[in-house]
Amino acid sequence: MNYEAVIGLEVHVQVKTRSKIFTSVGAGYGFEPNTLTDPVVLALPGVLPVMNKAALDAIIKAGLLLGCDIAPVCKWDRKQYFYPDSPKNYQISQYDQPICLGGAVEIELPGPSRNVMGEHKKIPLTRIHLEEDVGKLNHGATDSLVDYNRAGTPLMEIVSEPALHTAEEAYAYLQSLRATMIYGGISDCDMEKGQLRCDANISIRPVGETKLGTKVELKNLNSISFVRDGIAHEIKRQIAVLERGGTIVQETRDYDGMTGTSQSLRSKEMAHDYRYFPDPDLMPVVVDEEWKNRIRAECPELPFDKQRRFIDTYQLPYTLTSVLVWDRELADYFEEAAKLSGKPQAAGNWIVNDLLREVGNAKSTLADSKVRPAHIAELVKLIDSGTVLTNAAKEIFVEMFASGEMPGVIADKRGLKATPTDAGELEQWCRDAIAGNAKALAEFKAGKDSAINAFKGPVMKAAKGKANPKLVDETLRKILAEI
Amino acid sequence: MSSELFYRPIAELASALEAKQLSSIELTRAVIERTKAVEPRVHAFNSFDEGDALKQAEASDARRARGEARGVLDGIPVALKDVIAVEGQPLTASSKMLANFVSPYDATVTTKLKNAGAVCWGRLNLDEFAMGSSTENSAFGPTANPWDTTRVPGGSSGGSAAALAAGEAIATLGSDTGGSIRQPAALCGVVGLKPTYGLVSRFGLIAFASSLDQIGPFTRTVEDAAIVLGAIAGHDERDSTSFKATIPDYRAELVTRKGPWKLGIPKEYFGDGLDPEVGAAVEQAIAFYRAQGCEIKEVSLPHTQYCLDTYYIIATAEASSNLARYDGIRYGHRSSEAKDIVDLYFKSRAEGFGAEVKRRIILGTYVLSSGYYDAYYGRAQKVRTLIRQDFLNAYKEVDALLTPTSPVPAFKLGEKSDPLAMYLCDIYTIGVNLAGLPGISVPCGFTKAGLPIGLQLIGQPFEEANLLAIANTYERGHEWAKKRPNL
Repeated sequence: MNYEAVIGLEVHVQVKTRSKIFTSVGAGYGFEPNTLTDPVVLALPGVLPVMNKAALDAIIKAGLLLGCDIAPVCKWDRKQYFYPDSPKNYQISQYDQPICLGGAVEIELPGPSRNVMGEHKKIPLTRIHLEEDVGKLNHGATDSLVDYNRAGTPLMEIVSEPALHTAEEAYAYLQSLRATMIYGGISDCDMEKGQLRCDANISIRPVGETKLGTKVELKNLNSISFVRDGIAHEIKRQIAVLERGGTIVQETRDYDGMTGTSQSLRSKEMAHDYRYFPDPDLMPVVVDEEWKNRIRAECPELPFDKQRRFIDTYQLPYTLTSVLVWDRELADYFEEAAKLSGKPQAAGNWIVNDLLREVGNAKSTLADSKVRPAHIAELVKLIDSGTVLTNAAKEIFVEMFASGEMPGVIADKRGLKATPTDAGELEQWCRDAIAGNAKALAEFKAGKDSAINAFKGPVMKAAKGKANPKLVDETLRKILAEI
Repeated sequence: MSSELFYRPIAELASALEAKQLSSIELTRAVIERTKAVEPRVHAFNSFDEGDALKQAEASDARRARGEARGVLDGIPVALKDVIAVEGQPLTASSKMLANFVSPYDATVTTKLKNAGAVCWGRLNLDEFAMGSSTENSAFGPTANPWDTTRVPGGSSGGSAAALAAGEAIATLGSDTGGSIRQPAALCGVVGLKPTYGLVSRFGLIAFASSLDQIGPFTRTVEDAAIVLGAIAGHDERDSTSFKATIPDYRAELVTRKGPWKLGIPKEYFGDGLDPEVGAAVEQAIAFYRAQGCEIKEVSLPHTQYCLDTYYIIATAEASSNLARYDGIRYGHRSSEAKDIVDLYFKSRAEGFGAEVKRRIILGTYVLSSGYYDAYYGRAQKVRTLIRQDFLNAYKEVDALLTPTSPVPAFKLGEKSDPLAMYLCDIYTIGVNLAGLPGISVPCGFTKAGLPIGLQLIGQPFEEANLLAIANTYERGHEWAKKRPNL
């Protein structure tokens, strides 16, 4: 039998704010345990939460970027359960009135080859709500230690509809969501630092069936690849269970990305009763149009929109855009170089092929690169005018990357500019070359334009490789037209 | 100044301090000596720090000597209920759970008192986590009523009321969730004010029921209540439920607001269970106001019969959640017997909490449970809205309401062993909390057995200035505040 998987993802994204969501103590990663704490974080007797508006700004931005409806009021609820990582033994969250409803994440599936754009889909969202992150437990042999540095970090929970059907789609969904969050400056989404975490709800059903099968929740998918692998593994596991004549049990399973296996954590019977109720310590916050408009003005163009614009406006090939648009800084860098040079594709090629390679080799970053868009633009112009030849340009690039000097300066200093040739001398070399290749001349005259290239080699040889190729081409054509 | 400094009102002491006829050190010493003398019989305090108090008094005198006195509270010893955080001092909520907890920070009211120059003095006993009406639920033993030490002082702020009645402080702070300031004030013959919800910051107050809790003063006179309220009221950025109100000069307004007022008598507050002596005293108070030219009008608060049920659903639901943090993990009592994490929770909480606290946690957990929420908590919130509406409707016709504070005077220690009988002590006070209104209890007489009786006046939201002026009118016409217990 053929099966179809139905997948819904619950993604937690830490919001990048200076302070925690309900107190002024700093938020961050990599600090000494329990140093990012205060009486509120530790839930000492008598403390009260006060909402950090920056966290609300961030989730409103996320909602606007993803096309959600923004609720007119931000209301807080307590989600109650006992666990040592939760200082109050309840988590301040949003239950029945999430701040964002609806919306969608646009994804691109792999195309037939990497040069060809794949199919696009919009994966609908159920909701996004804001809550506080919990602390972290470190289990030793005989005891467990709690670090509350993470506790109280603003956290968004982004819940998709069960509208994904393959591990690849889930992978693409996360890539796109992550890029959107980074683009919006909402989160750095570093999964190693727990800034993006993903749980998947997976069920299968025979193809054609409309009723949903029993779902299994998969947890601890702590890299985007593990999400893909874990889901693929779970789909296979469920198919195997059904094929054996078994039934799927509603449960939560823990996926181990290192071994590629999963095991049951708890069954439905052990599910929590969270006893949600409105938090009496926090007043509902009204989100008016003015607030939304202020955030809307800060919303950047999203990667897929940018990609479509790059293709339309700059006539860039898909392959270039698929590298350029996923990093907002890189895309901005490209656009500046494109505008300064007036040659978007050439600028794009230099950035994607040469600059990114050098940055990678140097284990550096684009921001730290001494090569700025103005360098790229000048280099592109030098080549375009024939002042610098491609091979020389490659040399210039390496030096430019190391020193940060402008390409024109390097070309002058190192004598890498094409030699300005005496017009008469060049014309003579051209006439000689044409005279020396009657076959090519006949072909050219018969209409084969590329035959002109046969004359260029001898001319370049005579010029010891330093002739301006554009000028050579022009001169040859002038003479050929006369013959 | 003459003897019994510790029984004088703030207003009088402040004048003496200002005139340099008295120093804060003298005053604070008098309070300390009095406390040491009567505390074995009263047990109003969980702890006090003599050295710390004298240091504050010394600092106050030094300020005054430099001409930098901070106003009427500078140098006045004010003791705090042991649910209000004072940096470096114990904060126990009269619970074994927090027996060894020392607060690393000040509550907002504490900061405000310190900024006003008050001497923060002593941690006052209460029913554990403010749950109770007699102070018998304290893990550290009950407080006695100074008027009859075989009787309770009321609760939960029994320590705050008893300390004042016994001369162990010049003013005290308490907290009121369902009557916990007004009822003990009535039973101990002092003034107790529960402000409008949101007027005084709750930051640093150990939460019982967040949507009901409010800090307020216990004082000897209405004027003193106006003074202390003025010092602690006001918006606080650290409490989202605190109101952005401009705070009037309550003391000055006592004089400028002259009435006569329209006073409502809610008929539901004079039914079964009201002690005849209490009823008679309140009737006399009504007659007094009428004689003053006030219009007296019977009003109805038709949802009064639902107050107790509504209160015990909302308050316990919030309490079950607020008290979840006491788990033995980060601070507080931790069982030494626990085998694993779940066992640690069970044993620490079983050992750390008393019976009444457990009863309310269980009740609150139940009413919030999946499948019961709508029938209990959801319904209770709707009824709460109706109860508030009753009051607001009444205020279309009258300026304030007049009722007994407590249906009965102070009862014997150990007399009410049935929790439901105890809950009925708050029958006249909890509606005020559910509606978020200000309420004040002022002494209005004594029973034949010599026990104090309290008159409750209930005001309109954020109209404390009016409420205090109405109460002040009564107080000026009577001598109750001058009577002292025999200790």
